[in-house]
Amino acid sequence: MSTETQTYKGVGTPTTRMYGLMAVVALGWVLLGGLFFTPEDAVQGDAVRIMYVHVPTAWVAYLAFIVTGIASACWLIGKKHSMGFDRVAGASAEVGVLFMAMTLLSGSLWGRITWGTFWVWDPRLTTTAFLFVTYLGYLAVRGLGGTAEQRARRSSVIALLAVLEIPLVHFSVVLWRSLHQRATVLSPDGDIKMDGLMLFTLLFGVFGFTVLFAWLVSHRQRIKAMQDAQQVTALDAAVTERLNEVQA
Amino acid sequence: MSMSTNRIARAVAAKDLRIELRSRVVANQVLPFSGLVMVMFAFALDNDDVLQRVAGGLVWLATLFSLFILVQRTFAVETYDGALDSLRVAGVNPQGIFIGKAAALFVQLLVLETMLFIAAVVLYRVNVNGSGLVLLVTCVLCASAGLAFVGTLYGGLTAGARGRETLLPLLLLPVVAPVLICATRATESAFRSGGLTVGEGWPWVAVLAVFAAVFGLGGLLSFSSLIEE
Repeated sequence: MSTETQTYKGVGTPTTRMYGLMAVVALGWVLLGGLFFTPEDAVQGDAVRIMYVHVPTAWVAYLAFIVTGIASACWLIGKKHSMGFDRVAGASAEVGVLFMAMTLLSGSLWGRITWGTFWVWDPRLTTTAFLFVTYLGYLAVRGLGGTAEQRARRSSVIALLAVLEIPLVHFSVVLWRSLHQRATVLSPDGDIKMDGLMLFTLLFGVFGFTVLFAWLVSHRQRIKAMQDAQQVTALDAAVTERLNEVQA
Repeated sequence: MSMSTNRIARAVAAKDLRIELRSRVVANQVLPFSGLVMVMFAFALDNDDVLQRVAGGLVWLATLFSLFILVQRTFAVETYDGALDSLRVAGVNPQGIFIGKAAALFVQLLVLETMLFIAAVVLYRVNVNGSGLVLLVTCVLCASAGLAFVGTLYGGLTAGARGRETLLPLLLLPVVAPVLICATRATESAFRSGGLTVGEGWPWVAVLAVFAAVFGLGGLLSFSSLIEE
């Protein structure tokens, strides 16, 4: 459709390449450290190794939704309504949903091993599941169509309404669970005696997954920019074509 | 010359209720549907004691299922012939539209819930005393206000969008989860199910009031952005 073709030498920039390299190195270490170098837990045995994925993905998922909220607010408040904020908000929510799915999956597998059950109605778990569904809805709203401006306006309001919703959900679930006897289960990240190497691997995991997040978001928002630009050029091309037809 | 928000709200609410009185879609379709849901719950659970115990939850689940239909209906009448666009082009204050549509939805929800609670008394054999009734009425008022606000907010967003029938429940259900939790607990207290006392229900009603206030305010601030195309 586009009238001019540009050749790109790959899709990366020096910044994204640096993020990518850092993520590969950090996650490579986490893989080796998590699976082989770190000791097994006295109580949980090898199951504790799930932690090196579960905790960092949970952190990145929450970080992603915070980034979406802030970027949406920036789009809405900013006088210029810069589309860059909208693209970062969208890209961050997409990556956040992915990481949230990984968190819920790894968490329920870990729960099955240590608690004997895939799911407990703990406020933190329940709120996390609601956050996941809420952002699936956010992505569906982004896909409603219309111009980039309409999409940005709608989705930024939805993202800010989610910021209202999640504390209310969390609070009512806390209140709901407080009526029942507290689940007497092993708290997965509280009761683990961490030695230095375990803590180091965990923190390195958090770092690695955060860089991975930055890498994914920066690529994803560039793809979104190209998609928006392509929509505009496609429209221009169609208009020109029609004009030529009329003149001919 | 512009009308006050208050007058616009009253005009929009009166219009919506008049459409309902003439078309009787809610009376002839939504109310029978929710009554049917109550009967289906009884088929599924098949135990008088269990039904009595969980009656509060079933009433509010039936309310939520019907809410989606009510919200779709309340915005279907706006998207036919581009009525909502005409209102906007005419420069009608969006806050007035928001309050008016929420008020009409609120009235319809009150009618629906009254019927559902009567159904619960008849079908599920719950009983309510005087102080329980005061709690129940307050709970219904607060919960309906919250549901009307979020329903109008998300209904306005999905109005006219492709695939709105499936998108609305996905957006609305997580948001109204606090209403389901709090209204159910308050109603169980009003019914004194499972040894609860009426007094235990009031803190839940307070959360419902906060919910309604938060989304009422959120709706006033954001509704114009959502319907602006």
